[in-house]
Amino acid sequence: MSQQTFEFHWGKHHRAYVDTCNNLIKDTELENCMLEEIIKKTYNNGDPQPAFNSAAQAWNHEFFWECMKPQGGKKPKGEILELIEKDFDSYYEFLKEFKQAAATQFGSGWAWLVLKDDKLAIEKTPNALNPLVWGHVPLLTIDVWEHAYYLDYQNRRPDYISVFMNELVSWDAVTARLVKAKEASST
Amino acid sequence: MALLASLRRTGGIGLKRGGLFTREIQSFSLPELSYEYSALEPVISGEIMSLHHQKHHQAYVTNYNKALEQLEEASANKNSEAIVSLQSAVKFNGGGHINHSVFWKNLAPVKEGGGEAPNGGLAKAIDTQFGSLNALIVKMNAVGAALQGSGWVWLGLNKDLKSLIVETTPNQDPLVTKGLLPLLGIDVWEHAYYLQYKNVRPDYLKNIWKVINWKYAEGVYEEAAKP
Repeated sequence: MSQQTFEFHWGKHHRAYVDTCNNLIKDTELENCMLEEIIKKTYNNGDPQPAFNSAAQAWNHEFFWECMKPQGGKKPKGEILELIEKDFDSYYEFLKEFKQAAATQFGSGWAWLVLKDDKLAIEKTPNALNPLVWGHVPLLTIDVWEHAYYLDYQNRRPDYISVFMNELVSWDAVTARLVKAKEASST
Repeated sequence: MALLASLRRTGGIGLKRGGLFTREIQSFSLPELSYEYSALEPVISGEIMSLHHQKHHQAYVTNYNKALEQLEEASANKNSEAIVSLQSAVKFNGGGHINHSVFWKNLAPVKEGGGEAPNGGLAKAIDTQFGSLNALIVKMNAVGAALQGSGWVWLGLNKDLKSLIVETTPNQDPLVTKGLLPLLGIDVWEHAYYLQYKNVRPDYLKNIWKVINWKYAEGVYEEAAKP
């Protein structure tokens, strides 16, 4: 993932979502809410209010940056691998299903690995939508809006997805979120 | 050799009383552009035009044909679940083929009339319904810039009411899904402009009018006006 992509994706796209969100919530009851609360409130049970798009996208992008690290990718170890092998039969089955979800999200959107009812699941969402609105716990995401990969891969979304999984995914971050989710559900 | 070649294009052969027959499967193909990839520069780069046509539109055509083949098989097997499940692939890829086929005709090099203002019935209708051509452009640019995610902004015609409507469709939904005839469509998927305009979709929209082929839109409008 090139520096140029980061400069635009983080510096322009993500920044614009943050600025827009701040402008829209200013002088409203949402102004002092946490971002996740704003997302759930403005989702409005599927009839989203104006701030939803920018709030959700601001959250999605921050989450996405944390899903990656230099020299990342490859097969995970430890607790997350055990859970993957339990809920998907094997890492390779999981990988196939995750890549498929990411490749077949029509138009703009995201593919997710989530914790749902104590089980791992793969979901895909359009545009700004994310699994928080359904009460699922996001563990990993990949941005499949074209701006995420077009400068580096043009139309070759499957190549971008493969590189993300082989070289960029931070399984440490995924594991940390899993641990946090389990602690939260046990209290 | 000839028989094998024709078999590749058709659904196969079977036995029917009277001998062999071949089953024709409707097969769509990528339309050619009537101008070079670089002919719309500097408004749209040759690199974008080439990728957009040879990769993106071609992929819609390929996947549309595949979906139709699967649909035909599902219909033959009376597999309702498969038939219904295939609808989204047909809509997405078929829509992509429809939309892009119109789009290439909506554009023309400057030396072939790209950017020249419309005449005749369409020009009058635009002035009447929007105030001026400029007002229409301002509106389409605002609507196009505000579209979230991927989609298209259209100047459409309601044939029954004879009215012009600015409308958007998400993803690759064709304008027919809104009951309108497409006169002019602008692709606002990021692949249509990103390599050149990056995140600044408004600049792409501002510039594309320099290569809009109003002759095509006029033709569709006149044809639709016939009783």
